[in-house]
Amino acid sequence: MNKLRVFVVDDEPGMRHSIKRGLVNHTVRLPEIESEVGFEFTEADSGEKALEILAEQTFDLMLLDHKLGGITGVDVLDQLRPREPDMLVIMITAFATIETAVRATKSGAFDFLTKPFTPEELKETVDKAAAHLMVKRRAHELAEEKRRVRFDFIRVLGHELKSPLGAIESYLNLMQERVAGAEIGAYDQMIKRSLIRAGGMRKLIADLLDMTRIESGQKKREFSTVDVHAAALAAVEGVKPRADERGIKLAIEHAGAITMEADQGEIDIVLDNLVSNAVKYNRDNGTVTVTLDSDDETITIVVRDTGIGMAPDEADRLFQDFSRIKNEKTRDIPGSGLGLAIVKKIAELYRGRVSVESEADVGSSFTVLLNRHTAPAESENDA
Amino acid sequence: MSKHVLLVDDDPDFVLSTQTLLESAGYEVTTAEGVAEAKARLSDWRPDVAVIDLMMEEVDGGFSLCHHIKRLDASIPVIMVTAVTSETGLDFGGASGGDRSWIKADALLAKPVRSEQLWRELDRLLKE
Repeated sequence: MNKLRVFVVDDEPGMRHSIKRGLVNHTVRLPEIESEVGFEFTEADSGEKALEILAEQTFDLMLLDHKLGGITGVDVLDQLRPREPDMLVIMITAFATIETAVRATKSGAFDFLTKPFTPEELKETVDKAAAHLMVKRRAHELAEEKRRVRFDFIRVLGHELKSPLGAIESYLNLMQERVAGAEIGAYDQMIKRSLIRAGGMRKLIADLLDMTRIESGQKKREFSTVDVHAAALAAVEGVKPRADERGIKLAIEHAGAITMEADQGEIDIVLDNLVSNAVKYNRDNGTVTVTLDSDDETITIVVRDTGIGMAPDEADRLFQDFSRIKNEKTRDIPGSGLGLAIVKKIAELYRGRVSVESEADVGSSFTVLLNRHTAPAESENDA
Repeated sequence: MSKHVLLVDDDPDFVLSTQTLLESAGYEVTTAEGVAEAKARLSDWRPDVAVIDLMMEEVDGGFSLCHHIKRLDASIPVIMVTAVTSETGLDFGGASGGDRSWIKADALLAKPVRSEQLWRELDRLLKE
């Protein structure tokens, strides 16, 4: 358990003693942030002595008597203020005058205790200050954590953007130096690979924009009645040229109209990503089947392919940012590693989830469940 | 007799471009896609020089492979190549002696590798 460092400044030894006795076995618990703290003490019997100690050490909380032998508690605060932004100060005053309170607050005091006070009053005041500190620190930790996640993301993104660019540059350097002779035909493979890597970069940038749109919350989600079957048809139409080239058959199975209140753009992204993956990772002359179903609560989208599939451990990390399965089967398939992470994030916006069943060299089946009733009530008035 | 290079990277484009470059200059090239494949090749064969990527799938695969090669035969020069220069804080352009001894590589080059840099390092290392 963490201990808050408490600095008790009072010229009466009896007062210092009773404060310590009141708090030494006391703890403050905040279950909401899974935090519990106790207290440890340092003492000073004058304002001058307090300033000396404060020049050497830091504290979390100071219980400061206003009326001391030499300089006053408020004097201590005034000298301290620029240096101790994180320490909370509770002023102890015998005469609870408005003037003292106003001056002390201006000088940075967090709260007051009026002499004489009961142990309960002491605990109550200290609890409030401790909770304030703990919440503030937790918020700081969370902000740090968020910053770290963001930083990791940008670091990986930088790498993911640099790799294809490096590959393309390498090929262009070779062509510039005519390393394989003057015949353009000798460079066909390099040109093909450059185009594949450039395509991958383009997809990564498109996915990043989708992801930013979803995560920033800056773009307003626009709810309307979305025809999921029509969205699936559009996704299938979009990949048809690529599927035809490789003899891959596309089918949509559905029973009746499938509609839900949703953001059209988000549903399009889910279907586009899944259908395009099902074609990309399929075998030649394979099939892609989109099955749509709905009940009162849930829309179910299943996209099944007859492609390369994957091992169970690979399936587990498939929905993480930048997770791509790298092997000789996926080498020539461009992908950002963000598509399925985006599908997952969108599913979560609809209190839904996404899962995969897969068998290596047999195929994969992706299932997305979306709750039909997540549209905010007021959006209907906007329409 | 032409010098034989072991070229190791999990990025097929780095392998293809570097192999093409090396072969154009008369080097013989054996490639491997990862640490395991490289070690298998090294079980009954020694290259004149190795060019390996720092960060292969196994994260620090480049380091471990470099140590492996140096244990097999400390006289085989190793050129380490990487795209992650700013991320690691290592200055691969002018690779300081300190970094080199820590990684145990004889040269460090940033991706994409420029041909004149590669020739300079190969000339230096194969002459020694």
